[in-house]
Amino acid sequence: MIMARSFPLFAVLRPLAATAVILAVWQALVSYYAIPPFILPGPFRVLGTLWASWEIIFDHALITAWEVFWGLILGTLLGGLTALNLATSAVARYFVKPVLVLTQALPVFALAPLLTLWLGYGISSKILMAVLIIYFPVASSFFDGLMQTPKGWLDLAHVMKGTPRQILWRIRVPAAIPSFASGLRLAAVYAPIGAVIGEWVGASQGLGYLMLLANGRAKIDLMFAALFVLALLTLCLHIGVGKLCDRLIRHYQ
Amino acid sequence: MSNAVGISLKGKARFGDKVLFDDLELSLKARQWTCLLGPSGIGKTTILRLLADLAAGVSFTGSIETSDGLPLAGRLAYMAQTDLLMPWLSVMDNVLIGSRLRAKVSDPDKARSLLTKLELADHLDKKPAELSGGQRQRVALARTLMEECPIVLLDEPFSALDARMRSEMQELAAEWLKDATILLVTHDPAEAARLGESIYLMSERGLRAVEPPASPAIRAVDDEAMLVCQGHLLKQLREART
Repeated sequence: MIMARSFPLFAVLRPLAATAVILAVWQALVSYYAIPPFILPGPFRVLGTLWASWEIIFDHALITAWEVFWGLILGTLLGGLTALNLATSAVARYFVKPVLVLTQALPVFALAPLLTLWLGYGISSKILMAVLIIYFPVASSFFDGLMQTPKGWLDLAHVMKGTPRQILWRIRVPAAIPSFASGLRLAAVYAPIGAVIGEWVGASQGLGYLMLLANGRAKIDLMFAALFVLALLTLCLHIGVGKLCDRLIRHYQ
Repeated sequence: MSNAVGISLKGKARFGDKVLFDDLELSLKARQWTCLLGPSGIGKTTILRLLADLAAGVSFTGSIETSDGLPLAGRLAYMAQTDLLMPWLSVMDNVLIGSRLRAKVSDPDKARSLLTKLELADHLDKKPAELSGGQRQRVALARTLMEECPIVLLDEPFSALDARMRSEMQELAAEWLKDATILLVTHDPAEAARLGESIYLMSERGLRAVEPPASPAIRAVDDEAMLVCQGHLLKQLREART
């Protein structure tokens, strides 16, 4: 038993087995109750659609992935810079931080129609949506890390007459990397949500657009196929960013 | 090491309404090891932190004067109970951190020769996590020596080490810091008796100078005068409570 558990293949097989069971139940329900495909298609039908419409779905997925990518990059940069600014300036902490917290009372989704109005139907409104949704988790976790530098290191730096800038870059930032990484992990899961919401509100391409379109035309199999690809995209992102974060933490902790 | 400096601290410190110490007078003679011995929580570290201009959490009224009249800031080095090594830096980079924090040119050759003398030549590129506790504390000593400060404040730097390693570290520190003015804060009578050229006992009754052993510091671990002094110090530590 212990041997089997440590065998890496089982780590892959376990979730696959669980998925297979769910798919089997799904197919059984659809077949048994004769649910029409425009309400709930069976997994085999979805798989067939995925196979047949692969190129269309892939093109749209590429757009969404591109939006998510830029959303992640820009949101992380912006959140990181905000955290650095807040951590180094008492004035910024005094004035900006309450505003930042207040903005969190606002559901970011509610801004999506506005962003589309201002930035149009292109990818920029979706990127901004993703940026807005990941900005706060990145900024707040990195900021917390920057403010919680172990006191002993700061004491040492003070006695050594370190300059504030050097202390920031050589001690406070590296010491905050694990906190930053946990913000980044959240961002990787949130960013696709932002992009898809942006696409729902108004777009001519992307997985969110494709899902809405398929839904409107009662092509529920296509919708599920797009949803499956979206989940796959998010999962890859989650694993990829997770691995990157693990490396960062290993190095800095 | 640059010119020798003596320090005298006079004053009182309050922690809220509570008086931590009153009319305290502590003088550190130039190029001497002064040991400040006392039980935990008595305010030894507060004194050290006042000298180092670190947040001590108390209101202090009094004066800190140097024998040459120059300010203390920038002439101090500090070693704490934990090694305070940065886990993301190599041994070499940890030793060079001081000059880098000051945005000054660092001297890797000097760091390398110091680390070699402290028997760390094989570990220059390793991360602190790969070292033993004793090796880590030796790196911290190298980092302190790298600062070339005439005054060194030691806040129980050896108390987390086992007995053998502690005695070895005491010898290394005594050898390498012999030209500096040292304040060693400790709760260990054996350490104070072994290293102290002046010994102060801090208790609820205040600060009191105790006669150090007649033999010159650093004393052998089985030095008779030291053992007597150690017993004497422990006795006084225990009596001071009642």
